[in-house]
Amino acid sequence: MLVLNDDQVMLQDAARGFVSEKAPVAALRKIRDEKVTDGFDRDLWRSMAEMGWTGVLVPEDQGGLGFGFVGAGVICEEMGRTLTASPFLSTAMMAATALSRAGSPAQKERWLPAIVAGEAVIAAAVDEGRRHDPAGTAMRAERHGNGFRLSGTKTYVVDGQAADAVLVAARTAGAAGETGGLSLFLVETGTKGLSSERLSTLDSRGAAELTFDGVEVTADAVVGEVDDGFPLLEVVLGAGRAGLAAELSGNAQESFGRTMAYLRERKQFGRTIGAFQALQHRAAHLFCEVEVARSAVLAALQALDTDPAGASLAVSVAKSKASSVARLAAQEAVQMHGGIGMTDAIDIGLFMKRMQVASTLYGDADFHADRVARARGF
Amino acid sequence: MDALEAFRRETRAWLDANCPAEMRTPVSGDDDICWGGRNFVFKSEAQKVWLTRMAARGWTVPGWPKEYGGGGLSHEEVKVLKEEMRAIGARSPLESFGIWMLGPALLAFGSEAQKQEHLPRIARGEIRWCQGYSEPNAGSDLASLQTRAEDAGDHFVVTGSKIWTSYADKADMIFCLVRTDFSAPKHLGISFLLFDMTWAGVSTKPILLISGKSPFCETFFDGVTVPKANLVGTLNRGWDIAKYLLTHEREMIGGGGGGLLGGRSPGQVAANEIGTDGEGKLADAFLRADVARAEVDALAFAATMARYKDEAASGGKGVGDRSAVLKYYGTELNKRRHELLMRAAGHEGLEWEGARSNDGERPRGWLRTKANSIEGGTSEVMLDIVAKRLLQLPNA
Ligand SMILES: Cc1cc2nc3c(=O)[nH]c(=O)nc-3n(C[C@H](O)[C@H](O)[C@H](O)COP(=O)(O)OP(=O)(O)OC[C@H]3O[C@@H](n4cnc5c(N)ncnc54)[C@H](O)[C@@H]3O)c2cc1C
Repeated sequence: MLVLNDDQVMLQDAARGFVSEKAPVAALRKIRDEKVTDGFDRDLWRSMAEMGWTGVLVPEDQGGLGFGFVGAGVICEEMGRTLTASPFLSTAMMAATALSRAGSPAQKERWLPAIVAGEAVIAAAVDEGRRHDPAGTAMRAERHGNGFRLSGTKTYVVDGQAADAVLVAARTAGAAGETGGLSLFLVETGTKGLSSERLSTLDSRGAAELTFDGVEVTADAVVGEVDDGFPLLEVVLGAGRAGLAAELSGNAQESFGRTMAYLRERKQFGRTIGAFQALQHRAAHLFCEVEVARSAVLAALQALDTDPAGASLAVSVAKSKASSVARLAAQEAVQMHGGIGMTDAIDIGLFMKRMQVASTLYGDADFHADRVARARGF
Repeated sequence: MDALEAFRRETRAWLDANCPAEMRTPVSGDDDICWGGRNFVFKSEAQKVWLTRMAARGWTVPGWPKEYGGGGLSHEEVKVLKEEMRAIGARSPLESFGIWMLGPALLAFGSEAQKQEHLPRIARGEIRWCQGYSEPNAGSDLASLQTRAEDAGDHFVVTGSKIWTSYADKADMIFCLVRTDFSAPKHLGISFLLFDMTWAGVSTKPILLISGKSPFCETFFDGVTVPKANLVGTLNRGWDIAKYLLTHEREMIGGGGGGLLGGRSPGQVAANEIGTDGEGKLADAFLRADVARAEVDALAFAATMARYKDEAASGGKGVGDRSAVLKYYGTELNKRRHELLMRAAGHEGLEWEGARSNDGERPRGWLRTKANSIEGGTSEVMLDIVAKRLLQLPNA
């Protein structure tokens, strides 16, 4: 059934109440204006942990809530509506997925309780250039004694500026462009040779460029299989992509809703502008697109809960569709607000900025349409 | 869940034993479809056997109550049946306006006698219905229709004309909107009548479409006598029934857009016809990008149809005004799909007659889809419904 169950509806209500009270758009403005280097508020993150959100993807027997991807997506969607800044995606979704599925007992013991407690932030370091291209990973992890030596640069690492550890994809074999030969490592950010430069980004949340200059790790740092990390990376990215798609759906719904409110209120030519059919039809078209994106997102989250390794088609449909729909929603929102839509005084522009970041991360609409085409045989 | 799994197993076994091999091959055109009706000529024995077996189980209309010829299945069971039919490529045993449109309206608004009389005949494919809504001067503004039904004691006398009546020349009966009060506001003087196309005073004249086919007609009523028992619902309140019926029609037409999922996608067709590069990618980068985007939309739209149906079922209601979303999106998608198929076809899409093109199947199909965003209410009218009813935007 493509509907939320009762527990998921309760989680949605709770999440909506929480973010609108504790993390409305004004909270993002504060992070921006006060130049908070983490890119999020640590107190808020601890409150999220108290709500149980940090454990949403951690199985119950490992101390989490085990709410699954639909639950995680419901939270992302609500955070998308309020532009809530938090390391939920990197830590509670991507890192928690990697560690709970493929972490060694020692890694689980070390990190999962800390994630659930809201004490650890773990960033995923995958991309190296201007395009998302996991198979194109060139960073090397050379065997060195009992461990590995990592060299290379990772760019636009979400929450990398605030992370205690990074989950990094590096090449233990093969050449850039091949899916074989990749391995995942969990590296603490204080490790010698790892340096971080904070990037200021248009969504005010920041990111990091991480340089690995011969960073030495032991074999215990490997998460999952050496040389065969790509399937796990795909599942971890699937979590990130689905989370972003859900967030983009929330972003689109909110900027659309605010635009509809404006259409009912703003008067020109002696009537509310929402009475003009030219705007009504564009609004109606956009509504249909938002509805279709919502369905694709729910289908992807359910597919991930059913079988994370078999969900990549549904996830790509959702990420592609939600990215392009959130873009249309942001464009129409600015246009239908007229001059006021261009000002920093109202929030519409903030939705557009975050849309640009979230739609680009982990594959944009085109990247995922290409994946859909491959999956469908053309 | 266990009961549903058991149902799935039984259904699979029954379908396997009862669906003739010929009925598991793809439909290649309109004349492969079983429309039923008094004068229907089955294309093959297999088609007839398939209809008879499915109708006996009530599975031509699996969700209708058993007492009216349906299968009495739950929403979830209907989904399972459809999935299992799809899995073996089983054709639909019967398509008809009775199933898509009149049946749901009678279930909601018909008298017990009307349900008993008409629903089982629809379910068994015995009576084929047509839809008498549009008139020459009442298209998008349907409520301005002028076909009149005069009160003559125990019956009405119907006079006027309809247009674009699909399959009127093949149908046995018509469900028809008529004006019964000329002084009331336009929505409040309309009634919903059922009558026989063989009755005195009814005549039809086919209209040729750009696809070269004549699936629809002008329909004329010259003093047709219709018993009062054939009025559905309340006199002068036919508009409510008309609108309810349209929500079902729109949901069904919009569902055609999901065709991208069922058959081969335009991407697979094009890859076959144009070829692929070393990586298996369609060898026309421009077309590939457009088809890929259409594919994303088609898959996302299929999820939307499923979500709306699931939400409606769990809320115990129909899809309602959201049928306008499905109609708009699904038909625009289907038009896009056929544009892409024409691009893939290139010169091969230009042949109109001749065996190698199956008499221009591709271009005729392409032209036919242009009607999708007109029939059952135009895309502009759908957007109006979304804007006014779902978004509550003000009137001009
Ligand atoms: C293949 C096919 C099968 C059909 N089958 C049937 C059938 O079986 N039974 C039946 O009764 N009818 C049938 N129809 C008729 C169909 O319902 C009408 O054609 C349709 O409702 C549009 O009416 P119209 O053709 O008069 O166009 P018009 O209403 O004249 O519209 C012309 C153009 O104006 C636009 N327009 C109209 N009003 C507005 C507005 N308020 N705002 C913005 N734009 C507007 C329309 O969108 C359209 O683009 C069929 C049509 C087709 C094409």
